[in-house]
Amino acid sequence: MFIIKCPYCGERDHNEFSYGGEAHLVRPKQPTELSDDQWAEYLFMRKNIKGLQYERWNHSHGCRRWFNAARDTSNDKIHSVYKIGEKPTK
Amino acid sequence: MKKKYSIFSLIKNSFSYHENWQRAWRDPEPKKEYDAIIVGGGGHGLATAYYLAKEHNLKNIAVVEKGWIGGGNTGRNTTIIRSNYLWDASAGLYDHALKIWENLSQELNYNVMFSQRGVMNLAHNQHDVRELKRRTHANRLNGIDCEWLNVEQVKKFCPIINCSPNIRYPVMGSTLQRRAGTARHDAVAWGYARGADGMGVDIIQNCEVNGIKRNKDSIEGIETTKGFIKTKKVGVVAAGHSSVIANMAGLRLPLESKPLQALVSEPIKPIIDTVVMSNAVHAYVSQSDKGELVIGAGTDSYISYTQKGTHEVIEGTLKAILELYPIFSRLRMLRQWGGVVDICPDASPIISKTSIKGLYFNCGWGTGGFKATPGSGHLFAHTIAKDEPHILNAAFNINRFVSGDLVDEHGAAAVAH
Repeated sequence: MFIIKCPYCGERDHNEFSYGGEAHLVRPKQPTELSDDQWAEYLFMRKNIKGLQYERWNHSHGCRRWFNAARDTSNDKIHSVYKIGEKPTK
Repeated sequence: MKKKYSIFSLIKNSFSYHENWQRAWRDPEPKKEYDAIIVGGGGHGLATAYYLAKEHNLKNIAVVEKGWIGGGNTGRNTTIIRSNYLWDASAGLYDHALKIWENLSQELNYNVMFSQRGVMNLAHNQHDVRELKRRTHANRLNGIDCEWLNVEQVKKFCPIINCSPNIRYPVMGSTLQRRAGTARHDAVAWGYARGADGMGVDIIQNCEVNGIKRNKDSIEGIETTKGFIKTKKVGVVAAGHSSVIANMAGLRLPLESKPLQALVSEPIKPIIDTVVMSNAVHAYVSQSDKGELVIGAGTDSYISYTQKGTHEVIEGTLKAILELYPIFSRLRMLRQWGGVVDICPDASPIISKTSIKGLYFNCGWGTGGFKATPGSGHLFAHTIAKDEPHILNAAFNINRFVSGDLVDEHGAAAVAH
């Protein structure tokens, strides 16, 4: 149970948010030219880090906007939040 | 050599106030080199070592465990055992395990308290009814016992279920697998540990793996908190921490690790003599031999290694439990805990070789690995010893995420993942 600071709305309980998984996975620009291995890498393979992870959240019971967070998965502490398209501050 | 447990050894040891029982397993320091090392001393890892020693004649084996054996998900699950899976590959895998369970106490000379009290899967809407009837037929075609109960039969088999048509999610029927049931989770780890130790397997506790040393595409050994250990074969059975070990070897796995919670009530007199699961409302319950109700909740949506989950997940499960069993409304919950489960995109496990020679992974059991413990160990031992999968785990290779030949139990599993 933790508090997430939505970059648009401020601090809210995490159950207002939906999880979007690992961030910065870029959809392949030319899907037809991908090998099966590359597809598997994009679709299924995940870092699943124990430690600081960059991930996506959606404020689904609030402003409904997507943003990114840097969270430590070993203790659920959120180090920073940043808007889609921005670079993590840390 | 291990002394056999029996009524006679019990009587004999009672004369010395049970102070002179033989140690169930040794506490060795790691040797310099092993033929095979299993990373992870849970039920699956210990079973793997046991079958490697027993059936594949490998004697120089170590199991390394960062904590104490059986202290991870083996000691944190709700002990349900069943094999009523939809797809042929899953049915083969889980029924293989169930068949080993049926004779496991005798084989290990260790009472794992396997109790075939039956598992029910409730249907709450028309879709559930169709889906579960289909699964009943699929199970029967695969030689797995499964029957369909209508509402009257549900009420007769488990009278405390609220079968009123006026509840939010009324019970519309149920499947029943009579061979399914529960077992004592710790005993499984301890029984396999004792059996493996008796055949010379070194079980090394408090020994965390920090690195995997490889020479290009083959394994040279592992770095641990007790030093470097040389080996050509490493079998990783690290459940929620599989990705952590994979990252050490430079591999990526299709896993996400999430907290899964369970809770138990205060002990009460026997009231439920079977296991009842419900996928649609996500509630399942059984009663332990101590009398506690054992209740499984769901996973949280986000990746976390914290071994604790959020309160809403428990709240959701208990709401469903109370609607299905109004008789439990005054019960107090005694303990709650979480485990870190590694979930595959298709909710089926991986028991497989990898692109690195000598490195094998047994992972992705997600929310339902306990039931498979003996079968998983048996098949993983085969895979490690022969360097190729057994026919029963061939479909559960890591390459299925490239080929697309998934074993998609996500919709077919008994509870939502």
